[in-house]
Amino acid sequence: MEAVFLTFILMLSIFLGFELISKVPATLHTPLMSGANAISGITVVGALLATGSGHGAISGILGAVAVALAMINVVGGYLVTDRMLAMFKKKENPAAGKGGSRS
Amino acid sequence: MIAEGISLQQLISGTYILSALLFVYGLKMLGKPDTARRGNMLSSVGMLIAIVVTLLAEEILSFQWIVIAAIAGGVVGAFAARMIAMTSMPEMVALFNGSGGLASLMVGWAALYTTGNTTFTVFTIFLAILIGGVTFSGSLVAWGKLSEVMPSGAIVFKAQRLVNGVLLLALIFAGVMLCLNPSTTSNEFYAVIALSLIFGVMVVIPIGGADMPVVISLLNSYSGLAACAAGFAINNVILIVAGSLVGAAGLILTNIMCKAMNRSLANVLFSGFGAVKTATKVEGEVKPIVAEDAFLVLEAASNVTFVPGYGMAVAQAQHVVRELGELLEANGCEVTYAIHPVAGRMPGHMNVLLAEANVPYDQLIEMDEINPRIENVDVAVVIGANDVVNPAAREDENSPIYGMPIINVDKARTVFVLKRSMASGFSGVDNPLFFGDNTRMLFGDAKESLSRVIAEFKS
Repeated sequence: MEAVFLTFILMLSIFLGFELISKVPATLHTPLMSGANAISGITVVGALLATGSGHGAISGILGAVAVALAMINVVGGYLVTDRMLAMFKKKENPAAGKGGSRS
Repeated sequence: MIAEGISLQQLISGTYILSALLFVYGLKMLGKPDTARRGNMLSSVGMLIAIVVTLLAEEILSFQWIVIAAIAGGVVGAFAARMIAMTSMPEMVALFNGSGGLASLMVGWAALYTTGNTTFTVFTIFLAILIGGVTFSGSLVAWGKLSEVMPSGAIVFKAQRLVNGVLLLALIFAGVMLCLNPSTTSNEFYAVIALSLIFGVMVVIPIGGADMPVVISLLNSYSGLAACAAGFAINNVILIVAGSLVGAAGLILTNIMCKAMNRSLANVLFSGFGAVKTATKVEGEVKPIVAEDAFLVLEAASNVTFVPGYGMAVAQAQHVVRELGELLEANGCEVTYAIHPVAGRMPGHMNVLLAEANVPYDQLIEMDEINPRIENVDVAVVIGANDVVNPAAREDENSPIYGMPIINVDKARTVFVLKRSMASGFSGVDNPLFFGDNTRMLFGDAKESLSRVIAEFKS
């Protein structure tokens, strides 16, 4: 029953993902990818549970390494996406000498 | 005690719904330039909430290693994100994909130590290890190719298909054995890990450097699916939801990249194996131009389009491109930047570089927007792009890139091609554009050539 329930959620989430992403302009493809990459670091949640739950030393070590790896993904992914998005600017200041050629 | 346990578990699950909502809304906002930054912020808040609430879980008995590992990973990630040059984004995204994949592999592995796993759970553990392993080793190879630590071309050898087939069969066999007899010390288990890692290497090596946008998108998708499989392995809904959102996002980008090259995904992944077509050799006279003359043409132009490619990133020419663009605008010229979907080494690579150089994003236009009005463009300036402006894709049925949609710069009134020398471009395709009547070649380093044109403008 659990398996059916989880698969149901999987199916809905994939459809939702397709709907959300399908209309992203090409300009944002790189930030979208690195932002999505940060979200895939959600595996950190599983790693946290594995590290702390005392199923043995090996499980704990695996978990701790996984926490570190996933945190690289999460922190690095969000920060670099933010750094990129901060650079995307609309044209607003006609400071480059004269007014724009477009009205 | 039991009642308390249930309510805490419910609190955690309920909070995961909030996280999922923030991920979904964040991704939606990432799709528009105005709201993208806030969207990313929302998504990171969702992640923070998920992490904090997980730490409340009763299963977690000790925090010592968690704190050490989390800080170590966070510091490395933050440092990488701050220091990386925008030109090296593809390499870094490849490495991030890889670290996410390896983390999911390890979460799956650790789940095997839990007692009382059902066969279905063991099967999902197998999937987490398989997809995580392929993502990890595949990403490392992609990183090697992108950073040119290893040869960036396709690596093919005889009987590659056979080797991969045997590898896949062995993987399936080991997976079935693992599901029937789950154990963390059996040979089947080690075989699954080793074969997954080898398989990841094997699927990426036959893919050439120019196809990297597809590979990066696909590995991005895999890193999400690996998290998703890990979610099944530990019965955690937030992993499944977030992982599949990323999986879907990666697949869509992959599809966009494939369409932009007019190839199927299978063709990109396996074309290294097939017979390689050779393009009809084009012969003709190359007409060079010097910076001084290029300036005279540009000064008289009223509509200029820059068409950047990977070569612009290599030459670090994005800042001089923007400077020239501003000078042209001040001169009363309409300036746009036409960007092919697969220009560069990852989706949107050129857009990020130009944004870094302060080019406003509303001047960056897509292929479908520029092509219908390319006849009205006075000068198309091609900077380090080759395949994406190669008319052979339209005209030469023997060309390996035949059928790929291109930016039709050859139909502009004048084309300047900035090129280091006359060596053929990345895919080794001869480009008839270089011999066009309206084409002028500006030889030399793109950055230096443009600087000289700018100097003319200023004098």
